[in-house]
Amino acid sequence: METTAINPSAKLRIDTERRRSVNCILKNYKDSKSNLISILQDIQEKFSYLPTETLEEVAKKLNLKLIDVYGVATFYKSLRLSPQGKHNITLCLGTACHVRASAKILDEIQSQLGIGPGSTTENRELTFNTVNCLGVCAIGPVVVIDGKYYGRMTPIKTREMLSKYLKKKNFSNKATEKR
Amino acid sequence: MKKIRTKKNLEEYRKRIKKENSKFKKIVTICGGTGCHAYNCEQVKQKLRKELVKNGLLKKVALKVSGCHGFCENGPIVTIRPENIFYQRVSEKDVPEIMEKSILKNKIVEHLLYEDPVSRQKVTYLEEIPFYKSQKRLLLGKNGLIEPDKIEDYIVQGGYGALVKVLKLPAQKIIEIIKASGLRGRGGGGFPTGRKWEFCRNTEGEIKYVICNCDEGDPGAYMDRSLLEGNPHSVIEGMIIGAFAIGSNQGYIYVRHEYPLACRNAQIAIRQARKLGLLGKNILGSGFNFDIQIAKGGGAFVCGESTALIASLEGRMGEPRDKQHLHTTESGLWGKPTNINNVETWANVPLIINNGPEWFYQIGNENSKGTKIFSLVGKVQNTGLVEVPMGTTLREIIFEIGGGILNGKKFKAVQTGGPSGGCVPADSLDLPVDYEQLNAAGSMMGSGGMIVMDEDTCMVDVAKYFLNFLKEESCGKCLPCREGIKRMLEIVTDISEGRGKEDTLDLLEELSAVVTDTSLCGLGKTAANPVLSTLRYFRDEYENHIKEKKCPAGVCVPLLRYEILADCCKGCGACIKICPYNAISGKPKEIHIINQDICAKCGSCKTICKFNAVQLQ
Ligand SMILES: Cc1cc2nc3c(=O)[nH]c(=O)nc-3n(C[C@H](O)[C@H](O)[C@H](O)COP(=O)(O)O)c2cc1C
Ligand code: SF4
Ligand code: SF4
Ligand code: SF4
Ligand code: FES
Ligand code: FES
Repeated sequence: METTAINPSAKLRIDTERRRSVNCILKNYKDSKSNLISILQDIQEKFSYLPTETLEEVAKKLNLKLIDVYGVATFYKSLRLSPQGKHNITLCLGTACHVRASAKILDEIQSQLGIGPGSTTENRELTFNTVNCLGVCAIGPVVVIDGKYYGRMTPIKTREMLSKYLKKKNFSNKATEKR
Repeated sequence: MKKIRTKKNLEEYRKRIKKENSKFKKIVTICGGTGCHAYNCEQVKQKLRKELVKNGLLKKVALKVSGCHGFCENGPIVTIRPENIFYQRVSEKDVPEIMEKSILKNKIVEHLLYEDPVSRQKVTYLEEIPFYKSQKRLLLGKNGLIEPDKIEDYIVQGGYGALVKVLKLPAQKIIEIIKASGLRGRGGGGFPTGRKWEFCRNTEGEIKYVICNCDEGDPGAYMDRSLLEGNPHSVIEGMIIGAFAIGSNQGYIYVRHEYPLACRNAQIAIRQARKLGLLGKNILGSGFNFDIQIAKGGGAFVCGESTALIASLEGRMGEPRDKQHLHTTESGLWGKPTNINNVETWANVPLIINNGPEWFYQIGNENSKGTKIFSLVGKVQNTGLVEVPMGTTLREIIFEIGGGILNGKKFKAVQTGGPSGGCVPADSLDLPVDYEQLNAAGSMMGSGGMIVMDEDTCMVDVAKYFLNFLKEESCGKCLPCREGIKRMLEIVTDISEGRGKEDTLDLLEELSAVVTDTSLCGLGKTAANPVLSTLRYFRDEYENHIKEKKCPAGVCVPLLRYEILADCCKGCGACIKICPYNAISGKPKEIHIINQDICAKCGSCKTICKFNAVQLQ
């Protein structure tokens, strides 16, 4: 899906390379079938998501049905089937953050970025995710931008931080231009 | 490093580390837990190191990076030993002053001390801070003294002494000790740990497994993370002892994928323990073999349930199976007898062995022994990790340790037990916290999340929140859970959006009963608890939503209406600037008006207005 604009020979080359990387990863696991989740996590670490051909390769090499591999890949939230943006913003919606009004921060981020949770901006720059607790509940509500945690967030603080961040990274998208 | 083979070896090793440590005149510890990371503790650490180098003190002053101190709200935290000075909210620019006053001299940097909000007195030492004073930090206390990636630190504190003790005992004797201590599982159910071990030991089979459950899917709880992250060896030592008693040679620690630091620290700890011969073949020369592997969870709440966790470890989708007829202690991982315990349960084991079961048995109350760590969060002054003897009352935890409600608001309820638990109201504040009494109050102990709610929290919204969570997390294997929760969520959503009808609440109760009685695993069986407990204690709030179409707490957006009071508005324009939806109009110095058709009810204008002109109708 992500390779639509690429010509066929380039696609084939990417395919082959990806399959090769999968085989390298598989070599690290002796008892492979039971390590399926870790294997998929390793693949994801490499590509930021799970490209279709890698799942096919895993199914083939481990002697599993493709549907079982897909089943696992879709069951677990840590595994993703679509590519992620270069940068990411994560908002915690866990109970501790929820009672401190993280829902309002959700509205704020959505209106700033123009995208909802689980999606990526059209230019593939930025992915926005929500999670159910990051384990830093004492300082909630928590927003994570490119791996850096920000505690005690408010809608107003979020707006200021995001507009600074978006300016710095030179992102422009519809929602931010409107302002 | 040579492997440790005997008790004598271990003691010699401990003595050697002690001697090496004695050359340090002072120990400066910076908290490196995830909470403090969010407050830039890394920069503080770098700066501390630079200052030590600059003053040529690297050989005289030890710099340590520890796990969570529990008071994350006030991080980053720096302590100085042997004086035991406790500094909080330390930033990079405070470091030269700390150096100057507290490291080079024996003075105190006043402005970094904790200030008691009631007496306005500065407090110098950890033990004197109200947040810590009433706690009994048997498990968490070591976090501040240990660098999680240095096994020496754990050993010098007496670590692995319990292991040496048990390797000489017959397995049954160890199980008797754990049984006599009264230890019960800290992962939620409260099953007696010694009995579980005994079942597993008594099941026939060559191969057996032990598992440490660090899935901690309960949102709002983070004590398991802080224990494994800050003191991984205490968990590992507990697991080795359990494995020896049960007769297992392989263990797993199942960690949530959102906990990268806990994974890393546990991984390093395992490697170090192997190097010293505390894990692997022929542990401490006893002939006993045991090793531990880390498995990263895939991110599904239901995988905290033991049979789903096992399915996940086997590389499958985390769907639970029926436990009524076949327990995991009989047939668990790959069909072998398997003993699963929670992180905190494992960490209690070395304490019990070292101090004796009688010592443990006298902590706590009638049926619940020892201490329990709670993650005290939400609308409370002092948020953080709190460890108290079982049976401590909610009031003591929330008001004495937690310092009461944030911003002087009124306490409404405390939620315990996560998505399987319930909300306990103000008139139950004197309830002693233990397994049975929380159950009787319609909630449960759970793994230890304690979320404090004030008058601004809407209980219908809380019920909706948990239903939404559970709808997402239901594995979908059985119909009552999959469809029942969805339907309950629709009903509660209707109520919160002003579409509730008179008979809705009866229907909700009926559905709750069905889902509870007919679901397969604990997730479904307890899914109705948040609804039932809020209905039990806060029925009037539901009725307000249904009959008057009002949300008294001002949370349920479709029922809200923000208005600007003409009498109070000064026309300062602050609200216009802040409104994200351009819903406010008005000329400078004139009365401003909110266009109700555009207003998204975000409440920003109410927060920003200095004249209290914006009111919730
Ligand atoms: C839906 C669900 C989620 C659970 N999540 C956890 C968890 O995150 N951590 C945990 O230790 N136990 C969890 N449990 C309880 C485990 O099934 C199991 O009882 C526990 O790990 C046993 O250890 P203990 O006896 O030491 O408490 C969960 C149970 C259910 C039904
Ligand atoms: S009760 Fe819910 S989570 Fe448990 S097995 Fe059934 S559908 Fe899955
Ligand atoms: S911020 Fe308050 S006082 Fe100022 S214009 Fe708005 S409503 Fe009026
Ligand atoms: S509540 Fe929010 S959207 Fe409505 S007027 Fe105030 S700031 Fe604007
Ligand atoms: S609830 Fe947000 S970090 Fe735990
Ligand atoms: S992370 Fe530093 S006190 Fe909790």
